[in-house]
Amino acid sequence: MTELLDALGLTQSVALLSLQPPGWGANLLRGLANSLRIAAGAFAFGLAIGLAGACGKLYGGVILRDLLAVYTTVIRAVPELVLILILYYVGTDLLNQAAAALGYGRVELSGVAAGIWVLGIVQGAYATEVLRGAIQAVPPGQLEAARAFGMPPLTVLRRVTVPAMLGHAMPGLANLWLIATKDTALLAIVGFSELTLETQQAAASTRAYFTFFLAAGALYLLVTLLSGVVFARMERWARRGQPPVGGSA
Amino acid sequence: MEPEHPHEAAVAVEVQDLHKSFGGLEVLRGVSLKARRGEVVAIIGGSGSGKSTMLRCINFLETPSAGRIVVDGEPVAVRPDGAPADRRQIERIRTRLAMVFQAFNLWTHRTLLENVTEVPIHVLKVSRRDAEARARALLDRVGLADKADTYPAFLSGGQQQRAAIARALAVDPSVMLFDEPTSALDPELVGEVLGVIRDLAAESRTMLIVTHEMAFAREVADHVVFLLDGRIEEEGPPDRVLGRPRSARLRQFLGAVA
Repeated sequence: MTELLDALGLTQSVALLSLQPPGWGANLLRGLANSLRIAAGAFAFGLAIGLAGACGKLYGGVILRDLLAVYTTVIRAVPELVLILILYYVGTDLLNQAAAALGYGRVELSGVAAGIWVLGIVQGAYATEVLRGAIQAVPPGQLEAARAFGMPPLTVLRRVTVPAMLGHAMPGLANLWLIATKDTALLAIVGFSELTLETQQAAASTRAYFTFFLAAGALYLLVTLLSGVVFARMERWARRGQPPVGGSA
Repeated sequence: MEPEHPHEAAVAVEVQDLHKSFGGLEVLRGVSLKARRGEVVAIIGGSGSGKSTMLRCINFLETPSAGRIVVDGEPVAVRPDGAPADRRQIERIRTRLAMVFQAFNLWTHRTLLENVTEVPIHVLKVSRRDAEARARALLDRVGLADKADTYPAFLSGGQQQRAAIARALAVDPSVMLFDEPTSALDPELVGEVLGVIRDLAAESRTMLIVTHEMAFAREVADHVVFLLDGRIEEEGPPDRVLGRPRSARLRQFLGAVA
């Protein structure tokens, strides 16, 4: 093993990536864990916004629909990096003003909470459109049958609309999840120690840029591959009532 | 409400002077009819005569423009715009009106058993055990006992419609509303669905059936209503309405569908 690494000239890289100090492997994994935590939180927060937003766009009044159109348009028009800066500083500023108004001192927003808030709002705009399309693809007869049997609106949503649209939404949601995992890298700009920032620090301290960024790239790829497997399974489950037609994820 | 003839059964559903317009198009222009408990009323008429709209106004899938719907003696309260005034009331009334649709409208993400237990469990709050036992008995009754765990898309139209009838029976409705239940079926599958409905008529279920099957209407209905341009052109016992029609338009219609 050692000879093989020697022969390939990888001994130094392995030492740098070791999980024990002075290796930086543990830092990278900690960064990955933070990235995934934020991505999962932002995805969930975005889904909640998206479901509410899609229902608002489809069933809401004129004012609500206009407000949601502004939200989805603006968020999708502005580059995410800019949005992250705006939402991060506006978010912390608002929080501090609220804290001051309530008589508390300055509060420090935790990196994870800030990241979830910022990326969640971005994800919510895209999720609104994904879920709106999926809901519109549900045959109206299924909702009509639910209403005809006396189901209250929220029960219709929970028991019929959401499960019936999931199959249509799954490919779009898988995209959103992958985007969420990679958008966490943008949080490096506000100093949040997710995978990219940890990588950068490790690389800068050791001058082994190639090794560390390649390792980070491999970790992102691993996340994507595993996500693909999980989402393919979820899509199969969500489409369980549909006869197979052509390919699947 | 007192029955007109005390010796007859109570009125299960009554439609009073029903009007319905879509934009400028007046589809129903004052239709009144009633079904007593145990009675089978067949509603016939050409396409565009308003028969499906009439049925869909009874459970407020369509909002009547004017008129009154009374179910088991309870009038549906409406706002000035005709929509139900009290969501809980219309939901409660809807659980007593089970509808069978032309396109079946089964929930495709649920198995037949789940389709049949859905409303009992999640609307009527029946225990899962009781609901499933009853659903299995109903599926057995419509000849689908072995398909309980199958998803609707894997079944024929006739099987799906029989499952939809089991779903309707599961709520133990006062009135069953059939909206052209065999119109979407291949000809060889019509018989199996009509057979199930025929059995229901034999056990004195109250049913309103919009249909194009004249022979079937004549066989199972106690009362036949012929709709024409949003009005009742002729009605009465099936043998008379379908056998010796008075209206020239009805004679013409029967000649065309025969």
